Amino acid sequence: MKVLVPVKRVIDYNVKVRVKPDQSGVDLANVKMSMNPFDEIAVEEAVRLKEKGVVSEIVVVSVGPTQAQETLRTALAMGADRGILIQSDQDVEPLGVAKLLKAVVAEEAPQMVLMGKQAIDGDNNATGQMLAALLDWPQATFASKVEMSGDKAAVTREIDGGLQTLSVALPAVVTTDLRLNEPRYASLPNIMKAKKKPIDVKSPADYGVDVSPRLKVLKVTEPAKRQAGIKVEGAADLVAKLRNEAGVL
Amino acid sequence: MAVLVIADHDNAHVRDTTHKTVTAAKALSNDVDVLVLGQGAEAAAAQAAKIDGVRKVLVAESPALGKMIAEAVEAAIVPMMGGYDAVLTPATSAGKNFAPRIAAKLDVSQISDIVEVVDGSTFVRPIYAGNAMETVQSNEAKKVITVRTTAFKAAGEGGSAPVEKLSGGESAPKTDFVGEEMVKSDRPELGAAKIIVSGGRAMGSAEEFNKVLEPLADKLGAAVGASRAAVDAGYAPNDYQVGQTGKVVAPSLYIAIGISGAIQHLAGMKDSKVIVAINKDADAPIFQIADYGWVTDYKTAVPALMDELSKLGK
Ligand SMILES: Cc1cc2nc3c(=O)[nH]c(=O)nc-3n(C[C@H](O)[C@H](O)[C@H](O)COP(=O)(O)OP(=O)(O)OC[C@H]3O[C@@H](n4cnc5c(N)ncnc54)[C@H](O)[C@@H]3O)c2cc1C
Ligand SMILES: Nc1ncnc2c1ncn2[C@@H]1O[C@H](COP(=O)(O)O)[C@@H](O)[C@H]1O
Repeated sequence: MKVLVPVKRVIDYNVKVRVKPDQSGVDLANVKMSMNPFDEIAVEEAVRLKEKGVVSEIVVVSVGPTQAQETLRTALAMGADRGILIQSDQDVEPLGVAKLLKAVVAEEAPQMVLMGKQAIDGDNNATGQMLAALLDWPQATFASKVEMSGDKAAVTREIDGGLQTLSVALPAVVTTDLRLNEPRYASLPNIMKAKKKPIDVKSPADYGVDVSPRLKVLKVTEPAKRQAGIKVEGAADLVAKLRNEAGVL
Repeated sequence: MAVLVIADHDNAHVRDTTHKTVTAAKALSNDVDVLVLGQGAEAAAAQAAKIDGVRKVLVAESPALGKMIAEAVEAAIVPMMGGYDAVLTPATSAGKNFAPRIAAKLDVSQISDIVEVVDGSTFVRPIYAGNAMETVQSNEAKKVITVRTTAFKAAGEGGSAPVEKLSGGESAPKTDFVGEEMVKSDRPELGAAKIIVSGGRAMGSAEEFNKVLEPLADKLGAAVGASRAAVDAGYAPNDYQVGQTGKVVAPSLYIAIGISGAIQHLAGMKDSKVIVAINKDADAPIFQIADYGWVTDYKTAVPALMDELSKLGK
């Protein structure tokens, strides 16, 4: 079966984000960019399913600027087979991405779309669920375990209060949580091989999807800063301060 | 303009997050209805009817709704949206799971994780793990909103809204519920706790995690939380994870023990009223936001803290 894995190029999770002084957004100039960590987990899971012989082809797709090709190359080096870049210089909202992915699904006919639960830039946690709704597919979000059996997938999900296991009929959308796996590092030979794997470059217009933003960003500001407090000398000092100063005991 | 709030409940009780979401909804409209989706949820519906300012409570039940299967929830809510201009749900794991489906079906953007309602169409939400705050305006006909409930005060009680049962709860033919493994605990839930004690990688093992944190939590009547590193290593259940991609909490007192304070962790707890950090590394970033920092080895510090608390009769 074929699996589609959408991957987003985002600011690296280790970078300290800075808000632009004109409040128009965050500063992305000369900042390290990487594949969204949850998407790395999705690629890894797809590659493991391929290694088990369950999956025959992995197609990775990214919506973003030209540089998102690097993100696709990373996925190809991890073991994906080919890539599709849907080029857009403006940031596309989850609904727009979901519509583009729906169009890709119509062309590629995958049995599963395996994607991240959340992109760590916008923190929306929405695209996978939107795609599933647009396709009228079942969904299993926040997956910490995926087991394939025939035309079904048993997915264990991280939910408030514990774990839930669902069995979804394929085709389905599955979104990854942190505990699903630990993504591999691509080896040098695989990085070299990935350079020869094909990447198709398309535009939203090729799919007939209008990706103009629906939400207007009025401003982006710094969060309220928390001041560092004081150091305490020991347990008695701490408890006295919590009681008398902070009033929380 | 009427708005619909999707209740967070366990059939027997309505959670406080529902009251907080009602507060957010009230900033949009005076006509707030609460929808209780579940199975055997009469008690929860009766409690929802007592929330101040609720116009009416609607109840829909089915086995799939009892498990909040996203497709069933979508099928229950979307047809109702003709009568509402906005739907709000707490940003719980269930809310995050179903809300985007509704937005997609209504062909609108979702406004995720709001922490402030500026006006009927303008909202503030954290992005980049809370390192930036985005003010967004939605001029779409319908609004689908998830609410970061720690940012809103709970609506009071004293109302007596009518409860209306909807016929024909929804099913989800393509999804079967297989089972669940819920963490059993007599402690307060992380989201509702006044005090949280959280442990990190420093604990080194599940035994040590429990040995250090459980007695302290007992003494303080606290909930127990954890960093991702502690959860990944299997010291604590996944449901304990506090942070950007775990739970967002804002208790009166948060005690971080052996947690370095990565931005992803801070994203989930930096709005706590008072933060205490116990860490042997004086340069740990957690100290930059802690009200009370204690540079020490937790192995001696926690027992000493227990003794001091005992002196207070705790
Ligand atoms: C996509 C993504 C999402 C993430 N989401 C989350 C999230 O939601 N929540 C989260 O927590 N993390 C999250 N993380 C992980 C985060 O980046 C950190 O790796 C993690 O928070 C570190 O956990 P820690 O502080 O327990 O471990 P460490 O960073 O290893 O810190 C351990 C600390 O313990 C101290 N210590 C050691 N021994 C002792 C002792 N005897 N006494 C006192 N102190 C001691 C050390 O000085 C150190 O500061 C995420 C990461 C990514 C990439
Ligand atoms: N621009 C994009 N290109 C490719 N995949 C994306 C894009 N935006 C979101 N996704 C996918 O959708 C998931 C959830 O993103 P979000 O809903 O933005 O939090 C991500 O982990 C990706 O798998």
